[in-house]
Amino acid sequence: MSVILDITGCGIEFQTPKGSFRALRDVNLKIKKGEYISLIGHSGCGKSTVLNIVAGLLQATEGGVVLNGKEVREPGPERAVVFQNHSLLPWLTAYENVELAVKTVFKGKKTKAEMKEWIEHNLELVHMTHAMHKRPDEISGGMKQRVGIARALAMEPDVLLMDEPFGALDALTRAHLQDSLMEIQKELNNTVIMITHDVDEAVLLSDRIVMMTNGPAATVGEILEIDLERPRNRIQLADDPRYNHYRHAVLSFLYEKQRKVEDFSKAKEAKAEADSKVA
Amino acid sequence: MNIALSNMPWLEPLVKIAKGENVSGNIQIIVKSVGVPLAGILVFLMVWHAAASNIHTSLGNFPGPSEVYEQSKNLVSAHFAERAKAEEFYARQEERNAARLAQDPTYEAKIREYTGKPTYIDQIETSLITVLSGFILASALAIPLGIVIGLSSTLNAAFNPVIQIFKPVSPLAWLPLVTMVVSALYQTDDPAVPKSFITSMITVMLCCLWPTLLNTAVGVASISQDLKNVSMVLRLNWITHVIKIVLPSSVPMIFTGLRLSLGIAWMVLIAAEMLAQNPGLGKFVWDEFQNGSSNSLGRIMVAVLTIGLIGFALDRIMLSIQKVVSWDKKATVR
Repeated sequence: MSVILDITGCGIEFQTPKGSFRALRDVNLKIKKGEYISLIGHSGCGKSTVLNIVAGLLQATEGGVVLNGKEVREPGPERAVVFQNHSLLPWLTAYENVELAVKTVFKGKKTKAEMKEWIEHNLELVHMTHAMHKRPDEISGGMKQRVGIARALAMEPDVLLMDEPFGALDALTRAHLQDSLMEIQKELNNTVIMITHDVDEAVLLSDRIVMMTNGPAATVGEILEIDLERPRNRIQLADDPRYNHYRHAVLSFLYEKQRKVEDFSKAKEAKAEADSKVA
Repeated sequence: MNIALSNMPWLEPLVKIAKGENVSGNIQIIVKSVGVPLAGILVFLMVWHAAASNIHTSLGNFPGPSEVYEQSKNLVSAHFAERAKAEEFYARQEERNAARLAQDPTYEAKIREYTGKPTYIDQIETSLITVLSGFILASALAIPLGIVIGLSSTLNAAFNPVIQIFKPVSPLAWLPLVTMVVSALYQTDDPAVPKSFITSMITVMLCCLWPTLLNTAVGVASISQDLKNVSMVLRLNWITHVIKIVLPSSVPMIFTGLRLSLGIAWMVLIAAEMLAQNPGLGKFVWDEFQNGSSNSLGRIMVAVLTIGLIGFALDRIMLSIQKVVSWDKKATVR
């Protein structure tokens, strides 16, 4: 399969009042069409920064991103984003939220009837037809995220970007949405980059897991190929030695190789200081 | 339906009592929503009455509640008397014209306007028209300007000092300038609207522009980054971005500004009318003050209460409009 998205030598430096801050350096990643990639790493390691650069919401200060042979310079619907906190417009219903995206992307390409059908089709994909005329404040967090996914899918993106899509949800709802997502993925075979904190989620959903080192100046640490046949079933996999091997690999990267030690030592220092003051 | 109900919190319990549901509880609700405010008004009337009889001025005692009531009846009956006179005037005129036409068929009948002085109710009407024209003009300027300023931090930095300097300026300071400019620019032999109206309206506009402008700008500037990102990913053009994202999310702040502005507009109007001699409530107060009869203080007090009641009513109307326009029906607006 051909490479659709090419991140080459990507780095970014933020100008802060205290001087420049290097968040990322030398990120290299080639993503093939239809591949499902997870970005995993400790918080603050720059996963979201990578995603935002691909989305075009941030501009890399060195290197760059090439999608389908064209350099990414600004945001666009061919790189649809599913935001962590759904980001639905609260004054529009689920249907209208998707409609806004469809009307913008397919203006002049689809007739009104085709658009309506397309909106309903995408809401059906995420099992939201029963509540499509409800507003975000009338539906649950999981349902909002489903609408967010429908909105992104409706843009027919070349790459689907998901920023911790299930991070704000409880474990049961999350599992439910992961299953839905695998179902959709089987049908559409999208190219996906997903940020996650959840090791199980990463192993279950991904073709490759990209593990990032700790910041500042974070970069890609290791890449793990997940060679499990699809469709995957979370219950069967729970007993599968290969699954547990992959989990172990990610866990050992996160908690042994890239253990966050600084926080501990800082906390110790702070405690020592407080103790000495008391004494 | 909901709007009407929200202004009458006693209605629902009343219906429930009629049905025999939870009678004692509903009576309590009615006492709290109607009885307590009524008691407050009653105490105020008593204090007013007691204080008024102890304040002596060169025009007699300060008017108490009963005198004010008397004067308000007089003003209303004077209005109807004046209207009756006007009708008689037109009737006489028509009669005369008909008689002349019968004598001379080539005669072209002329209708002369009745030139009696405006009554209290006419003056209220003039005031309302003036304040609404000024307010609508101000809003038509302030909302678009606020959106543009709110969208750009550069423009915000550029305009903010100017806004902050003009915001606290009293209408009395603007008025002489506005009067001179209007006199210089608005020169026609047959003016469609009197100069005093334009002067008052522009003064009102200059003073009530700022709250709407500032609140709109703040509302627009504080749209969540998530929604801005959505707009960027969709590559919405400027107009769609403003209509679909900016306006709905800043509606609450815009209305806060509009309500503040309307309150200021109504306050400013009275002062402006006094000095510009626009035949509204401000002029009424001024004329009564100059008149200095034994009824004057009572009439001015009627005007004071009218001004208060209309100001209150205007705010309630804005609130109702806000409730209709706002997408967030759960938010409590008060």
